[in-house]
Amino acid sequence: MSTPETKRGGLPHQPPGNTLGKENYLNASRGFLSWALTLDHKRIGLMYLVSILTAFLGGGLAALYVRTELIAPGQTLGDADMYNQAFTLHGAIMVFLFIIPGIPAALGNFVLPLLLGAKDVAFPRLNLASYWLWVCGAIFAVISLATGGVDTGWTFYTPYSSSTTTSVIPIVTGVFILGFSSIFTGLNFIVTTHKLRPKNMGWFNMPLVMWALYSTAIIQVLATPVLAITLLLLIAERAMGIGIFDPALGGDAVLFQHFFWFYSHPAVYIMILPAMGIISELIAVFSRKHIFGYTFIAYSSVAIAIFGFIVWGHHMFTSGQSDLLNMIFAALTFSVSIPSAIKIWNWLATLYKGSISWDTPMLYALSFIILFTIGGLTGLFLGMLAVDVFLHDTYFVVAHFHYVMFGGTVIAFLGGLFYWWPKMTGRMYSETSGRLSAALIFIGFNLTFFIQFILGSQGMPRRYFDYLPRYEFYHQVSTIGAYITALGFMVAAYSLAMSLVRGKLAPANPWGGNSLEWHTTSPPPLHNFEGEPRSDDPYDYGDWKWDDSVEGFVRKDAEATA
Amino acid sequence: MIDVLASILQRVISIPAGIAAAASERVWLPRSVSTFAGDIDFAWDVVFWLSVFFFVLITLITVYFMFRYKRRTPDQEALPAPDHHLPIEIAWSVLPLGIVVVLFWQGFAQYVNMATPPQDTYEIQVSAMKWSWLFTYPNGAVTNELHVPIDTPIELVMTSSDVLHAFFVPEFRVKKDIVPGRYSNLWFEATEAGDYDLMCTEYCGKDHSAMLAKVTVHEPGGFEPWLKEESDYYNKGWSMEEIGEKLYNTRGCKTCHSVDGVNGTGPTFLGLYGIEHALVGGGTAVVDENYVRESILEPQATIVAGYDPVMPTYQGRLSEQDISALIAYLKSLGN
Repeated sequence: MSTPETKRGGLPHQPPGNTLGKENYLNASRGFLSWALTLDHKRIGLMYLVSILTAFLGGGLAALYVRTELIAPGQTLGDADMYNQAFTLHGAIMVFLFIIPGIPAALGNFVLPLLLGAKDVAFPRLNLASYWLWVCGAIFAVISLATGGVDTGWTFYTPYSSSTTTSVIPIVTGVFILGFSSIFTGLNFIVTTHKLRPKNMGWFNMPLVMWALYSTAIIQVLATPVLAITLLLLIAERAMGIGIFDPALGGDAVLFQHFFWFYSHPAVYIMILPAMGIISELIAVFSRKHIFGYTFIAYSSVAIAIFGFIVWGHHMFTSGQSDLLNMIFAALTFSVSIPSAIKIWNWLATLYKGSISWDTPMLYALSFIILFTIGGLTGLFLGMLAVDVFLHDTYFVVAHFHYVMFGGTVIAFLGGLFYWWPKMTGRMYSETSGRLSAALIFIGFNLTFFIQFILGSQGMPRRYFDYLPRYEFYHQVSTIGAYITALGFMVAAYSLAMSLVRGKLAPANPWGGNSLEWHTTSPPPLHNFEGEPRSDDPYDYGDWKWDDSVEGFVRKDAEATA
Repeated sequence: MIDVLASILQRVISIPAGIAAAASERVWLPRSVSTFAGDIDFAWDVVFWLSVFFFVLITLITVYFMFRYKRRTPDQEALPAPDHHLPIEIAWSVLPLGIVVVLFWQGFAQYVNMATPPQDTYEIQVSAMKWSWLFTYPNGAVTNELHVPIDTPIELVMTSSDVLHAFFVPEFRVKKDIVPGRYSNLWFEATEAGDYDLMCTEYCGKDHSAMLAKVTVHEPGGFEPWLKEESDYYNKGWSMEEIGEKLYNTRGCKTCHSVDGVNGTGPTFLGLYGIEHALVGGGTAVVDENYVRESILEPQATIVAGYDPVMPTYQGRLSEQDISALIAYLKSLGN
């Protein structure tokens, strides 16, 4: 018989609720195939995590190449072709291989069934298929690189993409396959949310991250097929000369943009909604206070998912579409700003009178509030027709979407990663290095991208290999910011890597959360829970209190019965 | 590698000078030099100051709460506070709605002005191609820099002979995509004489960032003499070689074909005439009059080995006389 305090082979002090060295999902079976063919959502989530982080590294290196090239006008590292391929690679990798699957497929896969108190997702085999489709898509991206690269930009605008001599077909095939990977995850999450909720968990007892993942899944299933069709048409045009988008073949170049943004605008919400969900969790848990305005936050996620489908034309204000369409799309675009604003106010109200921890996940969450505010407010500039015409395709737009995608989604992803890390690995990271990473990334990010708002308002066009001398200073500052950001990521990677080597063992509930994943051990057993967990209000933290001896939170009633 | 690092280091060292230079200019927006630029800047100012207000408000609240309610001991609990409050939530959902209606209206009203050209505009045809601009004036004159009279509404009728491009002059606050297979229109009225930068803002491949041109706004009375001077190559007493050189410089040839022996996107013109080319797909061709003519009018018909088929056709954009002049120029570059 062993007690929780037993020290085992080199492990440091083991708090109750920690299962390292005992039975857990990580050691339930061994060998390569036990991972490659696993049906366990937690293992699939981890495989996704490692894979998308590898993609993120690739996309990040491409970004550093781009920023370094731009440190001076003229040629710095390579020629214009190299530069065009580098920014295409950066965009395509970050969007399709990292940020779309990022939160849902990696973090979401791990936590969604845990949040539900379920054993797994509804369709474990579909889940595994989704992962391997991702790998297939990634292989096609590598093939396109090996066969000469692509220089179309991640948007594949026709007729450039139908006429360039670079490897468009492999990468488009890759994106097509990745689309199915995304659809599979979405389908799985929809069914899981509907069917696997425990008996006493109604829709309005779900943690808000589930509302976000659910809304995301709906968009994934409804919007992604349109991208798939569009890409098939593009392949047909290139491979068989069927005129669809290329005016030289009798096609319509702007039609492609309608099709493309009909998917890619909702895809922006595939990227940001799960991030908002994570922030709702982090803000509440690290304030030890019930989330404010649960119903409004939940409905705002659904509203964003719906409005997201009817605003795609705002990417095309200068494309030559009719003035009437421009007016309609501009008006609809502003509708998206309302639910986003609602979330911000509710998060601030949650902080009010809270017990605000400065742990790493919370620092990321607070960064998110500020950065997403900037990203959202600068979106208002771009929704105003006359102002957008001036700013369209300048660095202002580049800065705006990086504030939303990076300042928003990537920051929330990191917050979520540090938050659930102890649950995934059973280890704590060092708060010192974690906080340092949050600070460095915050500073580096703002240095890189805030100056790009000024650059864009001065008229600097995007996707420029070379630029007029008057823009040089801004580009230099931006490049230095990029290096600081990269340093921040290295510190974050170091923090997590060191935690695996010599991190303290994590208790079941290090943060005092009350959603169901904190009701099981760290890491969880193969089937997630011993017995059926009882769900109550996920934001009522009253049942948990801090315990110095476990350096985490324990249930008050557990102590009473002990 | 070392020299790259050295140049990067040198750039970093020069940054303080850059700060001083940047501080002496306006931070946001370039000068406004068109009749509607001022209105657009007003719309910008509205949304700018509104954003500054909300950014400062939200950041101050966040940072204040972060310090005011900081958790001092791990067991510190939150203070009692409500977890919902319907009137407040309705207020902060509805009030922003009013604000965005104002923003939409500001943006739309100014846009309508930009989108509707006045009655009597001076029309200039714009042809965009990888990677140069061609401007055709009502009297048939063609240039690759844009010249316009001051205080005159100018309407551009634009088309592209290959891929998407876009016309953008920051000081005029105008931008419009140029789409192959259709015309797009744009108008502006410049209010200050001088030279401004025209930039392509729709990604169009390798030399996208080099697809620049100057826009010269002439003082009152300066435009017509310039146009007259510019108009007629064949009555200036120029030789065919000189006319060919002028066409070479203005019609986009020089973007891809050098005359200094360095091959670019296309083969150099230096010593090209009379040599024998290897072709893509096998075979050879001698560069003679007929070959040059075919290459200009049907550039995809024969492709020289080692090059991509990227050249747009000049069918309808160069007269037979122009082609003869270009051939004469090519011959003058030797073989």
